[in-house]
Amino acid sequence: MSEKIATTGAKRLEDPALLRGEARFIDDIAVPGMLHAAFVRSPHGHAAIGAIDKTAAAALAGVRAVFTLDDLMPHFKTERLVVGLPSPSYKQDRSRPALCGDETVHVGEPIAVVIAESRYIAEDAMALVGVDYDVLPAISDCRDALADGAPTAHRGAPDNLLAEFDMGYGDVDAAFAGAAHVFAESIWQHRGGSHSIECRGSVAIHDPMNDLLTLWSSTQMPHSTMRTLVEMLGRDESRMRVVTPEIGGGFGPKLVVYPEDAVVSVAALLLGRPVKWIEDRREHFIATTQERDQYWEVEIAVDGEARILGVRGSIIHDHGAYTARGVNIPQNSAESLTLLYEVPAFEMNIRLALTNKVPVTPVRGAGHPQATFTMERLLDRVARELGLDRAEVRRRNLIGPEKMPYEKPLKARGGAPILLDSGDYPKCQQSAIEKAGWDDFPARQRAERTQGRYIGIGLANFVKGTGRGPFEAVTVRVGPSGKIHVISGATAIGQGTKTMLAGIVAAQLGGDIDNVTVTTGDTGAIALGLGTSNSRLTVTAGSSAHIAAKKVRDKALDVAAHLLESSSHDLEIVGREVRVKGVPDMKVGLGQVAHAVAGSPGYALPGGVEPGMEATEHLVIDKTAYANGTAVAEVEVDIETGGVRILNYVLAHDCGRVLDPMIVDGQLIGGTAHGIGNALYEWMMFDDGAQPLTTNLADYLLVTAPEMPPIDLIRHESPSPLNPLGVKGVGECGVVPAPAAIISAIEDALSPFGVHISRAPITPPQIVALIAAGGDGKTV
Amino acid sequence: MGETRKLSVTVNGTPYEEVVEVRLTLADFLRQQLALTGTHLGCEHGVCGACTVLVDGRSARSCLMLAVQVNGREITTIEGIAPSDEELHPLQQAFADNHGLQCGFCTPGMLTTMVEFLRDNPAPSERQVQEALSGNLCRCTGYQGVVAAVLDAAKRLGDGAKGVAMDGGKAR
Amino acid sequence: MKPPPFSYHDPTTVSEVVGLLSTLENAKLLAGGQSLMPMLNMRYVLPDHLIDLNRVEGLGYIREGSGGLEIGAMTRQRDVEFSQLVKRLCPLLSEAILHVGHRQTRNWGTFGGSLAHLDPSAEIPLVCAGLDAIVGVEGPDGGREIAFADFPAGYMSPAMGLDEVLSSVRIPNWGPGHGHGFEEFARRHGDFAIVSAAALLERGSDGRITRASLTVGGIGAAPVRVSAGEAALTGEAGSVALFRAAAEEARRIDAIGDVHAPASYRQHLAAVLIRRALAKAWARIEAG
Repeated sequence: MSEKIATTGAKRLEDPALLRGEARFIDDIAVPGMLHAAFVRSPHGHAAIGAIDKTAAAALAGVRAVFTLDDLMPHFKTERLVVGLPSPSYKQDRSRPALCGDETVHVGEPIAVVIAESRYIAEDAMALVGVDYDVLPAISDCRDALADGAPTAHRGAPDNLLAEFDMGYGDVDAAFAGAAHVFAESIWQHRGGSHSIECRGSVAIHDPMNDLLTLWSSTQMPHSTMRTLVEMLGRDESRMRVVTPEIGGGFGPKLVVYPEDAVVSVAALLLGRPVKWIEDRREHFIATTQERDQYWEVEIAVDGEARILGVRGSIIHDHGAYTARGVNIPQNSAESLTLLYEVPAFEMNIRLALTNKVPVTPVRGAGHPQATFTMERLLDRVARELGLDRAEVRRRNLIGPEKMPYEKPLKARGGAPILLDSGDYPKCQQSAIEKAGWDDFPARQRAERTQGRYIGIGLANFVKGTGRGPFEAVTVRVGPSGKIHVISGATAIGQGTKTMLAGIVAAQLGGDIDNVTVTTGDTGAIALGLGTSNSRLTVTAGSSAHIAAKKVRDKALDVAAHLLESSSHDLEIVGREVRVKGVPDMKVGLGQVAHAVAGSPGYALPGGVEPGMEATEHLVIDKTAYANGTAVAEVEVDIETGGVRILNYVLAHDCGRVLDPMIVDGQLIGGTAHGIGNALYEWMMFDDGAQPLTTNLADYLLVTAPEMPPIDLIRHESPSPLNPLGVKGVGECGVVPAPAAIISAIEDALSPFGVHISRAPITPPQIVALIAAGGDGKTV
Repeated sequence: MGETRKLSVTVNGTPYEEVVEVRLTLADFLRQQLALTGTHLGCEHGVCGACTVLVDGRSARSCLMLAVQVNGREITTIEGIAPSDEELHPLQQAFADNHGLQCGFCTPGMLTTMVEFLRDNPAPSERQVQEALSGNLCRCTGYQGVVAAVLDAAKRLGDGAKGVAMDGGKAR
Repeated sequence: MKPPPFSYHDPTTVSEVVGLLSTLENAKLLAGGQSLMPMLNMRYVLPDHLIDLNRVEGLGYIREGSGGLEIGAMTRQRDVEFSQLVKRLCPLLSEAILHVGHRQTRNWGTFGGSLAHLDPSAEIPLVCAGLDAIVGVEGPDGGREIAFADFPAGYMSPAMGLDEVLSSVRIPNWGPGHGHGFEEFARRHGDFAIVSAAALLERGSDGRITRASLTVGGIGAAPVRVSAGEAALTGEAGSVALFRAAAEEARRIDAIGDVHAPASYRQHLAAVLIRRALAKAWARIEAG
């Protein structure tokens, strides 16, 4: 059955307003009487806080208030933002306060807020706030943090072990004991910040007439934000609304509920005036969550034919100073390490370390890039040691399509077993290496070397868990105007959510996406929602939208059949009309149909149907849809400068059924750019005192257009059996395999020098040092 | 209010007489005082390019200019690129057709930069477009759609589609 | 990140500028703004007075003088980029300027502003060092000239009085037929160089090098002339071995380390880039 499940027309509903500069982002909101906030932030990685002198700041012309925690605590019902996802593995509760009390534990932590008539004045006043600091030892490196006797990130803490857990299955000891070969790797991986081009921000507005507190926030999760704030403020949820404006990118860190959200909300209540806070880029470096270091010690056991017998090891993960999300990043990393391959025995110990740095929460990829990098480095090692082709080693171990769905003896965080729902991994790899010219490459490489040029090729397979459940709420409603309204708990952050939902709904109700309005990210519009994260919306919101739209369609046809004295089987919905197939003049408008079931006092509804032309759906999906793919990167390394140029990049991908190829490709290319950044450029550096060293975009490098290689995308579609659309998520997929493929290629290019790379990112100075140190000690 | 100056400036063809604080940046003047919020602030230190506008026809990072510096000058912002409320400039249309934007936050800076670039380089190569974009950061698209859009726009403009008036006036 | 409060002045003549500099305390000069404004926005500098040079007449020009190329301090970098005169008289500058920032910054950034700012990685100071440019400044006692070798007094500190303003730069010509080479290693297109290198060579009728200039940027507080390398080249016939030996002198320069690169890597790059720049310069001479 080729049912049309989405109307796509290579256009996006979001574009016209964005292209004209008419879309309203958080900093575009200006309301009468609005004040501006600026946060005084800790300059120390760890310090005790004594007296805070606000007098000079408060006296500055234009300043309306200077608040510290003492001023705000009477208005909070809970002291801390309790936002961590549940886990039995926590050993310490490190929820963070709305503002620092008597201790600050990372540079950038908010200590006081200045509220003034303009941001300019607020910043003037910030400089006048006097804070007594008693500097304490700061712990910077997460491995040092777990060493005996390390200074604790928090005063009075027993140690820096935030959480620890193990996972595994099978008889690992036996697997390793009997193995023909065992190879060990020590791997350092670092990911960086979100750096959406729009930073964070909120505007809190209290309407005293209705006692309604509205928080406009550039957040990925308005409903979670509202739940947290309702608890903290002790406010009736019917008196609070969190609503998103247009959002300029999220990439993960905007899903967190932050102290600034709580402070701005309370400030608006206390001052009786709207309060706006816009994060600037320096604040984004030191106060918005990010990902950072993971240190892996891993071993792989294989038989004489390079078939995997077992994988085991340990991870130390830098958690930062507080729990702003949970243990999910290293959990995802460990969990997804072996998913693509047949791995009979597996064991991983994971420890999360507290450090005096800004908290760590997922950035695009959420732990999957680290898993992919580690596994692919291990497989490259096996290939090199056994003298086998790297693609061949993978072929021998990839789970074959005939085994799908494939259950791994591991449980996901909600307790469900991990089930690979669909995918043809070997075919995906084969398509990528063919396109990339894998088999011919060695000859090309040899020829280039005779010219003194060093090119290399690398490959990486990945899976990405997508479509995180348990649901997303969608209401589809036809209004008396004939317009179709879609309201969802989903949140749009640039990925084309409105176009996606409109397309799915329009496919059932007339095929005209311009007749569909979409409201997302507003707790006032729909009661339940989980927002955007985990590449989840097409799976969850898309599925709910599809089912709701079908229900509305069936009802519309029934009511129209009644009005047209016809059978619903003879009717079709085209544009804004329901008409008899083949007799276009016999029609009734969608608006009329909606009107017919809106009811008139005393009159029965047609056909005995339920009132209203709407349906609300929360399709429950507990199992994860696993997207997969293979990346092949070709690079050239300048062995004298260590400079790396990516010559070509192939990405074969499978995100299930593709509804909108243009949007899917855009997500993959964007993710790939970020992944190139993680391979070669992005490094959020701190010194030993946990002082951030890269706090502007000249020192922290994002990929720009000239760094992008030509990219070939190859589409595979293995529909997921887990949802009625057969779709999987795609938003994070591009970023996952890029560092593994690129670094594998660099290592391949430098094989004459015996270079072995077990870190990401890798920079030119490091490449030059590795060449000088490697193999036969060639100097340049 | 701090020290102020009078300012006469034309923005998208409309003349303004304003009084501004001398430390007010051009970006904040446009966004706050003129309520032209299409120009966006991404970094305020001159790297991301989201705040790019045209000053006397030349691209400028508006976060790195003071409003007082544009006295007597003509500014074109993203709001001044489309020829009318009904039509888009060929470059804007090309962005839509080639998926050259996702969240749209960097887009105003991309568009103004590329309006200047295509005016000065009507038939660029792909590499030239990439290099011309090097001063504009995007975290969503990976730039491929942007480059395709610019090359597409170059072709459309070469085929006679109307461009942007460069005298700071509303596009004709 | 908003600028701090300051008093704003927009003089229209150089003497007004000098007058303001002589009377105002804690004043900063605003040229193109591409370096100063980020510092103001980040509040790394807190001037009480901002003296805007953009209305000052007579400081924007590119002309050929008897002593070489003359460039006014407020000449926009883009004008240098597109100048046919610069291309003819100073092709090294024409090439290097393409690496200075991006279109949006070159439209407004000035030649003199970059020199006065003296960022260790900047290309314009590198070129001026290599060409033995002469910097003209105006002060209360009139104008004076500073040989570029004497211009940097320290990290981002030109040897100018607080009451002096950079007004012009004179770049003595190298003879027709000279060869130039410019090399830079930057992480991304348009970034500040990690290390940059400029080489200039003149060759006599006997095929031997009569004059050599080798300059490395990004390695120290200011561009460094590799005088030992220059000496090794002068009087010799060009060869791969000679250029490699001269380039090794660059490896000996004291280097700074920072988040982008450790000192030893910068020294290594200096040698590599000087060697490559020399090869280019020589190839240009050979090509005529």
